[in-house]
Amino acid sequence: MPKDTGIGAATTRREDVRFLTGRGQYTDDIQTQGECAAVFARSTIANGRIKSIDTSAAAAMPGVLAIFTGEDFAEVGGNPAGWLINSRDGTPMHEPKRPVLAHGKVRHVGDAYAAVIAETVAQARDAVEAIEADFEELPAIVDMKDALAADHYVHDEIGTNQCFDWGWIEDNRAATDEAIKNAHHVTTLELVNNRLVPNAMEPRCSIGHYNPGTDEYTLHTTSQNPHLTRLLISAFVMGIPENKLTVIAPDVGGGFGSKIYHYGEEALVLAAAKKLGRTIKWTADRTEAFLTDAHGRDHVTKIELALDAEGNFLAFRTETMANVGAYLSNFSTATPTFLHGTLMAGNYTVPLVYVNVKAVFTNTAPVDAYRGAGRPEATFSLERVIDKAARELGMDPIELRRKNFVKPDQYPFASAAGLEYDSGNYDALMDQMEKVADKAGFEARRKESEAKGLLRGFGVNAYIEACGIAPSNLVGVLGSRVGLYDAATVRVNATGNLSVMVGAHSHGQGHETVFPQVVAEMLGIDAESVDIVHGDTSKIPFGMGTYGSRSLAVCGSAVVRATEKIINKAKKIAAHMLEASDEDITLKDGVFSVAGTDKSVSFGEVALKAYIPHEFPLEDIEPGLEETAFYDPANFTYPSGAYCCEVEVDPETGKVRVDRMTAVDDFGNVINPMVVTGQVHGGLGQGIGQALVENTTYDENGQLLSASYMDYTMPRADDLPFYIVDHSKGNPCTHNPLGVKGCGEAGAIGSPPTVVNAVIDALQSGGKNVTHIDMPMTPHRVWSAMKNA
Amino acid sequence: MYAFDIERPASVADAVAALGAEDAQALGGGQTLIPTLKQRLAAPSKLVSLGAVSEMQGVASEADNIRIGGATTHATVAAQVGGTYPALADLAANIGDPAVRNRGTIGGSLANNDPAACYPAAALGSGATIITNTRQIAADDFFQGMFTTALDEGEIITAVSFPVPEKANYQKFVQPASRFALVGVFVAKYSDSVRVAVTGASNDGVHRWTAAEEALSTEFTANAIAGLSVPDDNLISDLHGNAEYRAHLVKVMTGRAVTAAS
Amino acid sequence: MTKVTMTVNGKAVSGEVEGRTLLSTFLREDLRLTGTHIGCDTSQCGACVVHVNGEAVKACAMFAIEADGAEVGTIEGQANADGSLNVIQQAFQDHHGLQCGFCTPGMVMSAAALLKDNPKPSEGEIREYLEGNICRCTGYHNIVKAIMAASGQDVSAIAAE
Repeated sequence: MPKDTGIGAATTRREDVRFLTGRGQYTDDIQTQGECAAVFARSTIANGRIKSIDTSAAAAMPGVLAIFTGEDFAEVGGNPAGWLINSRDGTPMHEPKRPVLAHGKVRHVGDAYAAVIAETVAQARDAVEAIEADFEELPAIVDMKDALAADHYVHDEIGTNQCFDWGWIEDNRAATDEAIKNAHHVTTLELVNNRLVPNAMEPRCSIGHYNPGTDEYTLHTTSQNPHLTRLLISAFVMGIPENKLTVIAPDVGGGFGSKIYHYGEEALVLAAAKKLGRTIKWTADRTEAFLTDAHGRDHVTKIELALDAEGNFLAFRTETMANVGAYLSNFSTATPTFLHGTLMAGNYTVPLVYVNVKAVFTNTAPVDAYRGAGRPEATFSLERVIDKAARELGMDPIELRRKNFVKPDQYPFASAAGLEYDSGNYDALMDQMEKVADKAGFEARRKESEAKGLLRGFGVNAYIEACGIAPSNLVGVLGSRVGLYDAATVRVNATGNLSVMVGAHSHGQGHETVFPQVVAEMLGIDAESVDIVHGDTSKIPFGMGTYGSRSLAVCGSAVVRATEKIINKAKKIAAHMLEASDEDITLKDGVFSVAGTDKSVSFGEVALKAYIPHEFPLEDIEPGLEETAFYDPANFTYPSGAYCCEVEVDPETGKVRVDRMTAVDDFGNVINPMVVTGQVHGGLGQGIGQALVENTTYDENGQLLSASYMDYTMPRADDLPFYIVDHSKGNPCTHNPLGVKGCGEAGAIGSPPTVVNAVIDALQSGGKNVTHIDMPMTPHRVWSAMKNA
Repeated sequence: MYAFDIERPASVADAVAALGAEDAQALGGGQTLIPTLKQRLAAPSKLVSLGAVSEMQGVASEADNIRIGGATTHATVAAQVGGTYPALADLAANIGDPAVRNRGTIGGSLANNDPAACYPAAALGSGATIITNTRQIAADDFFQGMFTTALDEGEIITAVSFPVPEKANYQKFVQPASRFALVGVFVAKYSDSVRVAVTGASNDGVHRWTAAEEALSTEFTANAIAGLSVPDDNLISDLHGNAEYRAHLVKVMTGRAVTAAS
Repeated sequence: MTKVTMTVNGKAVSGEVEGRTLLSTFLREDLRLTGTHIGCDTSQCGACVVHVNGEAVKACAMFAIEADGAEVGTIEGQANADGSLNVIQQAFQDHHGLQCGFCTPGMVMSAAALLKDNPKPSEGEIREYLEGNICRCTGYHNIVKAIMAASGQDVSAIAAE
C-alpha cells in the first residue's frame, strides 16, 4: 500500500500553488523603486584584440549613469575554475584569467566588453549602440582539432589551446594498450557528443544592491547555489568580505547546470550598485542566454572495445577532445575528467580502462556541466560501442551486456575506472525493462510499422552514474578546490512548527515538499508544519547548492542528521518534563513517552518548553531547540538503469519519431515517487532532445548559427511520447541514512544512446548498412546516412 | 526596440494616409515584425496597425472564389474556410502555434513573403489574386523573391481572392526549431490545370514547380512525377538541410500532396 | 505616451504607454502582474501566453496599445472566486505538471484556451496545441496528462505515477 504521508508518499507539491497562480517570485519579478538597468556591450566577433573603446558619446546620452569596461576590473580577480587537473606529464592545467568584462581581447561572440547603466533598459540599449569599440579581428579558433594544431591562441599568454592532457588511469595505460593489441576482436567507434545549450526557461537575471550605511551588498540572482556564488565573489573576484555580501536566489526557473556557475554579470551589478548607490538590474534576453550561458557536452571521442571470443569485455580505451570554450567556467575541468573518466567502466566487470582527455580552448561560449555532466558522455561512448560490437559479433545486444554485468554478489565492487559501487542489480533492472516495455511485443509492432511504410527499431542501454560527488577528502586529493558536503539547520519554533534551512536550492526539484516529508516522518508530525528555507545566504548556515543529483543524498542526509540532534535534545527536555531518564524516552507519532508508563508529552509541548525554560536544569539543557548538521558523504551514490526505446523512421524523409521510451532505474529508496518520476521524465525529454533535435552550430568564424529558438530546436510536446518509468527495483544506497540515490540526471544520461541504438536498429532492419549517425539525428542526417549506406 | 508611435486607423483610407508618413510601416498581426523590432533590425517612425480596419476582416464566398480580408487571422481562416477550401483551412491551421494564429494575418504573411512561410505557397499554388488599396495583382506577379513582393511603398493588401480548386493539399515538412516549412508544397488541381507551389526550399522564395504541373496535368497521381527530379542549383542549404535534401523533399512532399488531395 | 484602458482579470485598468510598450511589459511592469513570464525574444516559448478577448495570444508579441479596450485574462485571474485552484490548475498540481514553474502560467493559459474550444482533446491534439509552449523540466508527460485529467478524461491508464 502506498503511504499517504511521509517517506514514500506521492505527496503533491506545496510550491505548486504559488507557481500556478502567478505568485512565484523569480528574480526579474522583483521590482525595486528607483532601480536602474544594466545592458552589456557584447562582441559580435569570435576573436579580436580590443584596440580602443570610446564611451564618450554613449556616456552623454539620456539616462546614462555609468559605463564600465574591462579596464575598471583590471585590478580585481578573475572567476576561477573549481577543480585543478594535472596533465599526464604532471604539469598543472592552464588557467587563464576570466575577467568580469573582457580586457585586452574578446574571445567569443557574446563576450561582454562593456556595460552601460542607465535609468531604463531602452536608454541603456541605446547607449550600448553608441559605444565605439575598435577591434583587430583575429582568425576564429572553433574546431578542436584545428585548435590543437594552431599557432595562434585563444589565450596568447599560455601559448597553447590545450588546457590539459589528462590520463585515467595512467597506470593502466600500457596494460590497456596491450589488451587491445592482443584481443580476439576490437570494435572501434568515432563519435561526437553534441554541444547543447541548457535553455532553462528563465533567462539569467541579477540585481545588485548596496547599502552605504552598513557597507553591505545584496545580490539577487538566478543561481543553483547562492553560497558558492558568494564564495567566488568574495574570495576570488571582488574581495567583498563574505559577511558583507548576501546572495539570494529566489524562485529560479530551471538550471540544468547553467546556473551553478558565477558569471561576470553578477559582479558587475554589485560594482555598479556601489558606485552609483542605486539598485541595478540586468536581465538576459534569450539571445544572450544562447551566447553566454555555459553550454554542455561537446566531446569528440574515439572509443575502442576489446573482447575475447566469448564476448567478455577485456578493455575500453578512449581518446576524447573536450571543448571548454573560451574561458574555464567553474566546473568545466571536472566535467570531462573525474565526472566522465571514472564512469568509463560502466556496469561492467571489464578489467582495464584507459581514458585520455584533452581539454581545448576555442573561441566559443564556455562549456561546463549540463544535466548529467560527464556521465552522459561516458554512457554514450560505452553503450554505443557495445551495441556496435554486438552487431559485429552477431550477438544479442542485451545478452552481451548481461554477460559482462557486475553481479549482485560482487558489491561493493571496485570498478576498473577507480570507483567503488556500493549496490545494484543490473540484471534485475534489465528483466524489469523487458517486462514493462513489452519487449516481447516488439516484433508485432515492427510489422505494424512496416505496414505503414516505416522502419521500426528497438534500442537498449544500461547505465550507471555517480551522484552527490564526494567525499571531500577524496575530491580534495583529486584536485577539487571546494568541499562537497552540505548543511542543514532544523529550527523548532516555540509554537511547534519548524523552519528547516537547507543548503540545497530548489528550482523545480520539489525540495519544499520532499524535505518536510523526511522531517515529518522522523518526528511523527504533520509535514504541513515543516517549512523549508533555501536560497538565501543570510538565513542558511552554508550550502553547496543543487547539481549532480546531490540534494537529497547529501543535503537530505544533513537534514536527517540535524533532525536526529533535535530528537536527542527534545528527548532530554521531555525527560525533564516527565521527570524520567533520557534513555527511557521514546518518540512515536509526535509524542514523547516514558517507556512502560502512560506518561507522555506531545512534540508541541516540548517545543514550547524549550523556549520557556522555567525550571530547566540549565547546566544540562540549553534553552531553544535548533540544531545544525554538516554532512560529508562517504562515497558517491550509484544509480543505475536499463532503458529501451522504440522509434519509427520514415525512410523517405529520414524523420525519426520516438514511439515508446522506457526507463527502469535503481534510485535506492524513494521519498516521493511522484517527484522522482517527474525528474526522470524531464531527463528523458532532454536526452531525446539531444539525440534527435538539439543542434548547437558555430560556423567557421565562430558565429553561433543556432542562437535562437528559430534555429535551436527545443523538444516540444509533439516531439515526445508518454514515457514508461519504473523505479520499483531499487537497491538502497548503503552509506547514507535515507538509502537514497540521485535521480535528477538519470533520464538525460540513459536516453541518448538508447535512441541512437534504436535508430541504427531501425535502419539495419530496413537493409540500410548504417552503423553510426552523430547526434542530433536530424531528418537530414538520417536521410543522408541511408542514402550513403 | 527603438521608439515609435502606433496608430490604429479604422478604415483603409485612414491607414493609407497614415502610411504616408516618413518611415511608417504597416503592422499586421506582428508575429514576425515584433520579434524583428526587438532585435532592432527595423526602425520605423510609426507603425500603422491594421487590426482595427473592419473592412479588411473576414471571409466571403464569391462564385468560385473565396475572398479573405487582409487582416483576417490564421485562426479565422482555419475556422471558417474548411467548408469551401479545406486545403487552405488546413494550411492556416498549421501555421505557427495557436497563439500565433490568433494574431498573425494573411495580409501580413503575404506582404512579408518569408521564403519559408506557408501562405505564399497557398496563394501561388491557387493562382490567387492579391487585392490592394490600389490594384489587383496576380500571385504569379506578386512574389518577387525572398522577402520581396510587387507591393509599392505604403500599399496595403486589403484582401486575397482564391479560386477554389477541385482538389488541393498542402504538405509541410517542418524545420524543427522554427516550425516554418523546411519544404512545403501546395498542390491544387483545377479543371484546366494543376498548380504546384513550393515554399521553404529556394533562395528565390516561393516558386512553382512547372515540370510537376505539366506531368500532373496529364495524370494527377504521385506516380506521374516519379521520373522527375528537382534541380538543386538555387535551393537553400543551411544547418537544417542542404540543397540536395531539400530537392528530395520537394519531390516527396509533392507526391504526398497529390495523394492526399481531396 | 498614449493612454490605454483595458479590463484585466475583470478589473478596469489604465496606464500611459509608449508605442513600443508590449502587452507583457504593461502587465509586468505597470500592473505588476509578474505571473506572465518572458522566456524568449522570438515569440516561441509561450511563457507569456494570456487571453485577449478570450483568445490565447503571446503577450510579448502584441503591443499594449493594441489591447486598448480589450478584455485581458492572465494567470493571476485564473483561480476560483474563493481563491482555490481552478480545475486546470488543480490538475497540474495533482499530476505534477510543473517543476520550476516558469513556463507554467503560459501552459495553464494555453490549456484553458484549448479546453474552451475542445472540451475533450486527445493526447495528440493536446501535444499539437502546445506547439508554442516550451517546457524544459517535465518532458511534457505530466502536462499532457494534467490537461487530459482537467478535461475529465480518465488518465489512470497512462504510464507511471
